[in-house]
Amino acid sequence: MPDAASQVTIQETDPGMPAIRMENVDKWFGHFQALKNIDLEVDRGDKIVVCGPSGSGKSTLIRCINQLETVQRGRIFVDGIELTAGPKNVEKIRREVGMVFQQFNLFPHMTVLQNCMLAPMKVRGVKRAEAEETARRYLARVKIPEQAEKYPAQLSGGQQQRVAIARALCMNPKVMLFDEPTSALDPEMVQEVLDTMIDLAQEGMTMVVVTHEMGFARKVADRVVFMDKGEIVETGDPETFFSNPRHQRTRTFLGQIGGTQ
Amino acid sequence: MIRSFGANEFWFIVLAAQWTVALSAVAFTGGALGGLAIALARISQTALLRYPAIGYVRLFQGTPLLMQLFLVFFGFNIFNVSMSPWGAAAIALTLHASAFLGEIWRGCIQAVPGGQFEASWALGLKYYDRMRYVVLPQAAKIAVAPTVGFLVQLIKGTSLASIIGFVELTRAGQIVNNATFAPFTVFGLVAALYFILCWPLSLLARNLEQRFSVATRR
Repeated sequence: MPDAASQVTIQETDPGMPAIRMENVDKWFGHFQALKNIDLEVDRGDKIVVCGPSGSGKSTLIRCINQLETVQRGRIFVDGIELTAGPKNVEKIRREVGMVFQQFNLFPHMTVLQNCMLAPMKVRGVKRAEAEETARRYLARVKIPEQAEKYPAQLSGGQQQRVAIARALCMNPKVMLFDEPTSALDPEMVQEVLDTMIDLAQEGMTMVVVTHEMGFARKVADRVVFMDKGEIVETGDPETFFSNPRHQRTRTFLGQIGGTQ
Repeated sequence: MIRSFGANEFWFIVLAAQWTVALSAVAFTGGALGGLAIALARISQTALLRYPAIGYVRLFQGTPLLMQLFLVFFGFNIFNVSMSPWGAAAIALTLHASAFLGEIWRGCIQAVPGGQFEASWALGLKYYDRMRYVVLPQAAKIAVAPTVGFLVQLIKGTSLASIIGFVELTRAGQIVNNATFAPFTVFGLVAALYFILCWPLSLLARNLEQRFSVATRR
């Protein structure tokens, strides 16, 4: 069973270290400070939902976790390895951190199956037959095994996003990052993607999810992190966060997106 | 005495077209290899690769091809290295094509959406695999039409090699004209032969361009 296998890997390495740790992280885009003194710790198996108004730095925050964005100050550890210590570590960590993008970013010139097989074969050196077997298994898990031979453009948005999730899972990652995975989808396709993510969460995957889907946050999150203007304003378990937010900024935000009811 | 323009003269010119084709083929092949290197250097994160590549492109785009031919041809002779017109033409046109193809292909690589680069980084793919399997195949699709378009320019550009004495289509025409004094016939034939070489390629470029725009419209 693939799920058991990935669980074992999670347990085996450095059980003492948190899956992700960010210490005093600052990031600037030119003169604009996108992240201010971010401290965040994510334990193995934790599901963190990051929310906040647009431009609050939430996407930047998770993009720092696999160094799609570099930071100017502070330290970031993933799986006990310091990312901010040099490019060698970055390469090592990117293999272990799966990422799902708002715009799917599937490779349009490859079939669904090839999308899922490329990285395991080229990065992990997995044999073709094995990579194909893994890919088909994960495609079955995201419930689109019959689309394996198609090209991304032939699929619906929801199906493409599930392929993107399967593609990331084929690398057997220790952490999964989701950057607004349902924001580019037609409304009727949002649920199928969220269901896939809920399945994944229930299997014990460590997840950091940037999303406005507060229903998902309530159901899945161990902690909700609210960001505004590059800062973490408030962190809490979903129960407290939604029913009794401490900060005015949080209340305003939840009011705007209809998260309190 | 003046020779008349007969079958011999006609075939002399037609057969010289093979040297135009050969020179174009060599320059295009060399230019493709050089151009890929230039394009990759142009978009490199390393300033030490990027700036020389930019300088190279500016230099060759900012000077006439004829001067490039002269400089290569006479440049070697200054250093007492004898250089045949064929060799000089092949080198100069290769350098020229490298600069132009490099710049065309750079644009094509940068036209690949940033999300594709990010997805391949996020999967941990290394530079070679990223380029080989993700970026270049997508850039190539965009590149086909402008590349064929440049090939047409290059074929016509080989006519300048006549000036350093390389006997290709244009030089053959000059030779025949000097003997026959039938410039309209001679250069009419020369132009027709260039047209026969280039026109199918122009059609191909236009066709590919249309197919590409249809393919990306969905």
